Amino acid sequence: MTDIVLRTDGISKSFGALTASNDISIDLRAGEIHAIIGPNGAGKSTLIAQICGSLQPDAGKVELMGRDVTGFSTDQRARAGLGRTFQISALAMEDTVLQNALLGALGASGRPWRFWAGVLGDTALRARAEEALARVGLDGVASKRCADLSHGQRRQLEVAVALTLRPCAFVMDEPMAGLGAAGSKEMTTFLDGLRQEAPILLVEHDMDAVFALADRISVLVYGEVIATGTVDQIRADARVREAYLGETT
Amino acid sequence: MSTILIIEQVLNGLQSGVMLFLMAAGLTLIFGVMGLINLAHGSLYMVGAFAAAAVAGLTGSFVLALIAALAAAALAGAVIETLVIRRLYDSDHLDQVLATFALILIFSEGTRWVFGSFPLFLDIPDALSGPVTLPGGIEYPLYRLALIVAGLLVGVGLWVLIERTRIGIQIRAGENDREMIAALGVDISRLYTLVFALGAALAGLAGALVGAIQSVQVGMGEPVLILAFVVIVIGGIGSIKGAFIGALLVGLTDTLVGIFLPEVLKLFMDAAPATSAGSAIASMSIYILMSLVLIWRPSGLFGARI
Amino acid sequence: MTRETTFNAVLLLGLIAVPTWALIMDQPFTITLATRAVILALAAAGLNIALGIGGLVSLGHAVFFGIGGYAMGILAHHAQSYSPLMDWPFVIEGTKFMPVIWLVASVVSALAALVIGILSLRTTGAYFIMITLAFGQMFYYFAISWSAYGGEDGMSIYVRNDFPGLNTLAPIQFYGLCLAMLVIVLIFSARLRKSPFGLALNAARQVPARLDAVGLNPVRLKLVAFVISGVITGLAGALFADLNRFVSPTMFSWQFSGEIMVLVILGGVGRLFGPVAGAVTFVALEHFLGGLTEFWHIFLGVILLAVVLFARGGITGLVAGKEASHD
Repeated sequence: MTDIVLRTDGISKSFGALTASNDISIDLRAGEIHAIIGPNGAGKSTLIAQICGSLQPDAGKVELMGRDVTGFSTDQRARAGLGRTFQISALAMEDTVLQNALLGALGASGRPWRFWAGVLGDTALRARAEEALARVGLDGVASKRCADLSHGQRRQLEVAVALTLRPCAFVMDEPMAGLGAAGSKEMTTFLDGLRQEAPILLVEHDMDAVFALADRISVLVYGEVIATGTVDQIRADARVREAYLGETT
Repeated sequence: MSTILIIEQVLNGLQSGVMLFLMAAGLTLIFGVMGLINLAHGSLYMVGAFAAAAVAGLTGSFVLALIAALAAAALAGAVIETLVIRRLYDSDHLDQVLATFALILIFSEGTRWVFGSFPLFLDIPDALSGPVTLPGGIEYPLYRLALIVAGLLVGVGLWVLIERTRIGIQIRAGENDREMIAALGVDISRLYTLVFALGAALAGLAGALVGAIQSVQVGMGEPVLILAFVVIVIGGIGSIKGAFIGALLVGLTDTLVGIFLPEVLKLFMDAAPATSAGSAIASMSIYILMSLVLIWRPSGLFGARI
Repeated sequence: MTRETTFNAVLLLGLIAVPTWALIMDQPFTITLATRAVILALAAAGLNIALGIGGLVSLGHAVFFGIGGYAMGILAHHAQSYSPLMDWPFVIEGTKFMPVIWLVASVVSALAALVIGILSLRTTGAYFIMITLAFGQMFYYFAISWSAYGGEDGMSIYVRNDFPGLNTLAPIQFYGLCLAMLVIVLIFSARLRKSPFGLALNAARQVPARLDAVGLNPVRLKLVAFVISGVITGLAGALFADLNRFVSPTMFSWQFSGEIMVLVILGGVGRLFGPVAGAVTFVALEHFLGGLTEFWHIFLGVILLAVVLFARGGITGLVAGKEASHD
């Protein structure tokens, strides 16, 4: 299948006696949003860490655009086209919004080894950063210090930095975390349009957002994928209702 | 090269290793429980040595001198913990380094002010002076042998304290979770002062014990401090077991390479350059050991966290 | 102009005015003191790049200072004794020519920083501090046991080295040379802060995970910063050796590593002119307090404690306000 952008092939990871990932095979296809849901402690973070490269799986592999990236470090995976956002905003708080976005543009350019010319004078980098900020609606606060942003704005900036990379796949770790109802709705609309640009692997607790956005959903319980399917299939799946939604039928 | 010489040097290495362990154990305990990097630990070593030398000079009693060393270092530790160190637990490492560097300046110059720049001497007690004949006919200074035994006994005592007592349970809990032990009703600031004073007392004891075979002078603590850092890097921060293994490794490497490397080099080159090259490389041996451990295991032999 | 820029300008003008003042007041010794301050500021400006921007708490920067010093000492020693440094496989002569000495000091410092950096940056936090400290001690003991170049006693150079077009023995001209070097490094630092590399390094200190996520390797950025930082401190070491016409293992000592860090903190960590403010203050304290009591380090310790506990921005922070400029 040529339209698979990102996939994990039987990855497993244990910490001592605890199996955090057990033979997980999921894929992300062009144009879709694939949501990963599961109760706390199901191994979502461990899965993300292995996909993004901060943890090495004990077995199995990760492929991006058909290329085996299992041995790649985090930064190599980003250069290979993986754009991620963090559950807890990882932003340079002392720097301005624009500087944070420039960081992404700089990473995408692959040319950080310039010690003399001012980064703000680099029109190409700047254009790329400003475009991403405008898309998430942060162009008005570009010169604000990140520490002075509201929580919602930080979440938007997280996404904007990932946008500057123009990745071939997004991995988003709870982009709605801490957003109010209005913020969630706004972010949902935004992500809805984004899937055409690059598919999104979405880890999210906000079920309204998941059901509104996801083309497919995989349910992770105790480190295992117990079901993958469309929203309707997942809603109807007895095992999911039992294991995850806590219903006994 | 005779077996006797080898055994003698191994014993020397063990002796300096166990004394390093006393320093490293305190440092690693303080780091593990409070997350503090304490450069002033070497000053507490010096305080112990000076207190011992002063009391031995007044009373002539080595036992009183040791008690004085323990008391003075523990007291100094408790005082600086209360006045300065406890403000640093939540600070970054840079602040901790600078503030404890400032304490070194104050301790060192303060000691120079009180005792002058000339070294003091602490005599080995009569009961422990002179050589002892070991099985196999090896003559070895009794005092150094006593140091090895004393260091091992303190190590065992520390192990019992941490593994088998109530206070030890609190210390281990403190390493894992601060809020948790506060929730258990333990007075955390008292526990911290206690741990710091305990580490200080160990350093002071080491200073006094070693002071009897070296001179007691200002600045004596810092070279030992840096060696103890090497020990901790090798053993893994926060691990008492790592500190023990690391200390013995460093003590033995430092002693044995210095003695044997020039001899080995003499097999390949002339005596004079072999001696100078050998001693130059030997002075670097423990740092090379540290580098190798870093390449192999960046968080040390027994370190879990980084 | 912000208050910080005004403060910086005043500092710089003050340094430029020192020789004139010294001549008018007939206090020639002031020039030597100011030279010392300028060279220490240069060493601290080097550390400020690794520490202030990159967040690398290096307690081993004396290594580079010592390497710079010994590069000068060894080359000049061979030049003054007319003995080649090496005659196999090819002949290398000593030299008294400053630009060559500086080049050698830079290259060797860079190599040392590269090796120490690669090993130390495998770790972070407290480990990094202890490891850099340990490597500093390694060089210190190595210098002591290196009997060919004076061992513990160090070595003296009879005449200050040459710089084309200058009489380096004239205190004012040597001062001018050191000040010019400091200004060049400060200009470079100012550019570096605003450059793409500076942006990335500054973020690598704050959130390394973010750098990885945008495809930049934070460890590599920090390594390069460490090397640049080591080269600058190495150059300062070469000048310092020329100021005293003497090198010894104390240039490698851990106390000196601590002092360079104190200069940075005293002046204001991460501030462009922090090292200058710190070095000027330090030399002034050393001169005036040192004149009052031989135990002046006690007061230095107390001042340092006060800065750490109550005035994190250092002198620049006190004068110019807490916020670092963001433009």
